[in-house]
Amino acid sequence: MMMEIIKTPSELESLRNSLIKNMDSEKSKLTVCTGTGCLALGAEKVVDTLKEAIEKENLTDKVDVTTTGCHGFCERGPLAIVHPNNIFYQKIGKNDVEEIMSETVLKNEVIDRLLYQHPVTGEKIVDRRNVPFYKHQRRIVLRNNEIIDPTNILDYIAHGGYGALGKVLYEMKPEEVIEEVKNSNLRGRGGAGFPAGKKWESCRNAPGEPKYVICNADEGDPGAFMDRSIIEGNPHSVIEGMIIGAYAIGSHDGYIYVRNEYPLAVRHFTLAIKEAKKYGLLGENILKSGFGFEIKINRGGGAFVCGESTALMASLEGKVGEPRDKIVHSTENGVWDKPSNLNNVETWASVPYILENGAEWFSKIGTEKSKGTKVFSLVGKVNNTGLVEVPMGIILREIIYDIGGGIPNNKKFKAVQTGGPSGGCIPDKLIDMPVDFERLTEAGSMMGSGGMIVLDEDTCMVDLAKYFIEFLKDESCGKCVPCREGIKRMYQILTDICEGKGSHEDLELLEELSDMLKDASLCLLGGTAPNPVLTTLKYFKNEYLAHIVDKNCPAHVCTALIKYTVDEKLCEGCMKCAVLCPEDAVEGEKDKIHVILQDKCSKCGVCYESCKSDAIKVE
Amino acid sequence: MSKFKITIDDEEVVVDQNTSILDAAKQAGINIPTLCHHESLEDYGACRLCAVEVTKRGRSKIKASCTYPIREELVVDTRSKRVISARKMILELLLARCPESQELQDLADDIGLKQVRFEKEDHDCILCGLCIRTCNEILGVEAISFKGRGPEREVTTPFEDPSAVCIGCKFCSYVCPVNIIDIEDKDGKRIISRWNTELELVKCKTCGEYFAPQRLLDYLKNRFEELPEVFIDTCLNCKREIFGDKLTENVYFEFSLI
Repeated sequence: MMMEIIKTPSELESLRNSLIKNMDSEKSKLTVCTGTGCLALGAEKVVDTLKEAIEKENLTDKVDVTTTGCHGFCERGPLAIVHPNNIFYQKIGKNDVEEIMSETVLKNEVIDRLLYQHPVTGEKIVDRRNVPFYKHQRRIVLRNNEIIDPTNILDYIAHGGYGALGKVLYEMKPEEVIEEVKNSNLRGRGGAGFPAGKKWESCRNAPGEPKYVICNADEGDPGAFMDRSIIEGNPHSVIEGMIIGAYAIGSHDGYIYVRNEYPLAVRHFTLAIKEAKKYGLLGENILKSGFGFEIKINRGGGAFVCGESTALMASLEGKVGEPRDKIVHSTENGVWDKPSNLNNVETWASVPYILENGAEWFSKIGTEKSKGTKVFSLVGKVNNTGLVEVPMGIILREIIYDIGGGIPNNKKFKAVQTGGPSGGCIPDKLIDMPVDFERLTEAGSMMGSGGMIVLDEDTCMVDLAKYFIEFLKDESCGKCVPCREGIKRMYQILTDICEGKGSHEDLELLEELSDMLKDASLCLLGGTAPNPVLTTLKYFKNEYLAHIVDKNCPAHVCTALIKYTVDEKLCEGCMKCAVLCPEDAVEGEKDKIHVILQDKCSKCGVCYESCKSDAIKVE
Repeated sequence: MSKFKITIDDEEVVVDQNTSILDAAKQAGINIPTLCHHESLEDYGACRLCAVEVTKRGRSKIKASCTYPIREELVVDTRSKRVISARKMILELLLARCPESQELQDLADDIGLKQVRFEKEDHDCILCGLCIRTCNEILGVEAISFKGRGPEREVTTPFEDPSAVCIGCKFCSYVCPVNIIDIEDKDGKRIISRWNTELELVKCKTCGEYFAPQRLLDYLKNRFEELPEVFIDTCLNCKREIFGDKLTENVYFEFSLI
């Protein structure tokens, strides 16, 4: 069955059919998530133990183990699915392996304690598709993540992989491919939402050779792991999308610019490129169609600004990764001054599905101007943290409550921060807004690449704005004055406010700086940097005023403005806080009421966290 | 080459395709302040002081005029309220960074900036990059570059060591818009303290006075093979004596100024 070079789409099809036939055996199959989240939770040990057990029990002809990319439900990892009955196990450990083998694999019995339990009804759910976290999603780009082994190209081919490429190369003209992508209304998933088909067209029409196709995999937003999970879990979908794009544009040279801090992503990309070349799906004369395309991997050096397209291209050229003014678009004058088409990971990964199912299918999903689905990394104060893919236009509430399972510890939802560090905060009162490019921008935030950080009542919005501004200050390349000097000053002002040293004039100055940054910055790092400040000022001005006028941090976060004291009525004199206090700031003896010495207290909150009788108060 | 008609501050100018807005304004006699621009260097767009308001297809945006190539009909306003407030804020930030700079103070006076509301720092360099770009683009020496990013950015030699390649040509000092690169010839040495660099001077073949670093003369010899010896090993005063009034007419005259 093994053949090396695949010469035609029909050869690809027959390979696929024989792979599917081989899968239709009586064999059980265990797919274990080995995405970065599950790996951190011990998935590797689970897989090793499983493999040992299979060997020991002589079950190699009865059961297969597949390690896959991220399934998304990171909160509940390590995750596994037992086929053919689709039994979904969560929070498994190596000690569960024996039972999974003896009960589920051999006897087809479900192990109750490993099932997901509905938090409200208490019902145990066997099929993953009925778990609320998955039920409300629409997984297109991520749909193969829990199925295929990302290190095995045959797995991708068996599940339809490279089918769209065969169709494109043999049945469509480049212009028709561009037309199809234009009709699908696919917009760039990297943040700005520029129509992909239009970009491809202007690159195709731009004079100059060679033309370059680039994949931006320099995902650097704090708390974001959308692109990482796509590359780690399904690298061939990105590669297939790039080849289709290259064919449409007329490019033979591709680059993947990926963070070096994503070692697994680099490894999977490298392997995928090698395998695709081995099968004749990448390189010279792809599928013997006469079209050739090569992809090189370029590892980034860890600068956030290199996610900006012109800085990325400078870095690709071996120069310092700093942006340039892009009055002339990169599609005309990009890397090495040649026409260059850059899209991000998720955009490229969407392409094969669009070509496979047609523009009409894709454009039926989503809202009027934002089509298809979007992957978000849902993190922060939410029960079900993880990776979610939802149709554009989904209501924010559905993401946070139905998929995300609401806020932990019965705390109150306060806001959600979208769009990465230079996105904005959307307050609780807008929780029923639909999520798409337009609505997020209207609310003062942005789609960005898809970070979604949920905040509860314990978050200080001034402190939050300061956190993101500090990140941007440190990641500003420093080339242009507005960004380098302006963000630094915004950070100083926010620090002053958090320390109770702010004034009303500071708020005016913040707004003036914001206007100037938006207008005059060289690139969008500076141009969007004011968003966290402007949205918190717009929706949470009272919190700023509380810090400035009342010298009070309502969320009890800003240490300069809070004070820990002991409630004499509740203190049991247990000495716990006194022992734990790193500053020796708690005075007291056993069974006597403790006192916190304010001049020694560093406000670390250890006493507050450790007190069993809730006797420590924060003011 | 295509020509385009653009309107700058109600003034109509016809320019060649890809002329920058900054140059077009100059053509129309309109002055736009700049700090990081130099006509001999590639445009960089870092200081943003040359911001103008560009209106096309009914939408207006603030853009740096130095890096904006004209490729269609545009309406440009170099003094709109938005432009002035952006420029004022940029200057306010720069003055807070370099409070002692007379050049910045003069620009601030021109634009009517009255006060600096930020805590003053004690830098002198505005990080416009002109010195670096001159050293790289014009001379190809690459003795200095930026180090660090964001607020940590500064101009220095590799590892802040004495430069192994600086030729002591003084071009960096010459282009600096805030005049902070001091170069001093003393006791047979050219001292560029900002770059931690000292270069041995050699003596003029004719008068015997110290006049130029050996590295500079080697650079000239290697780069301009046709350059006559006298333009390498003789100081300017002696060349004046040798050539008299003819010096300025000599094809190699500009080398005399180094």
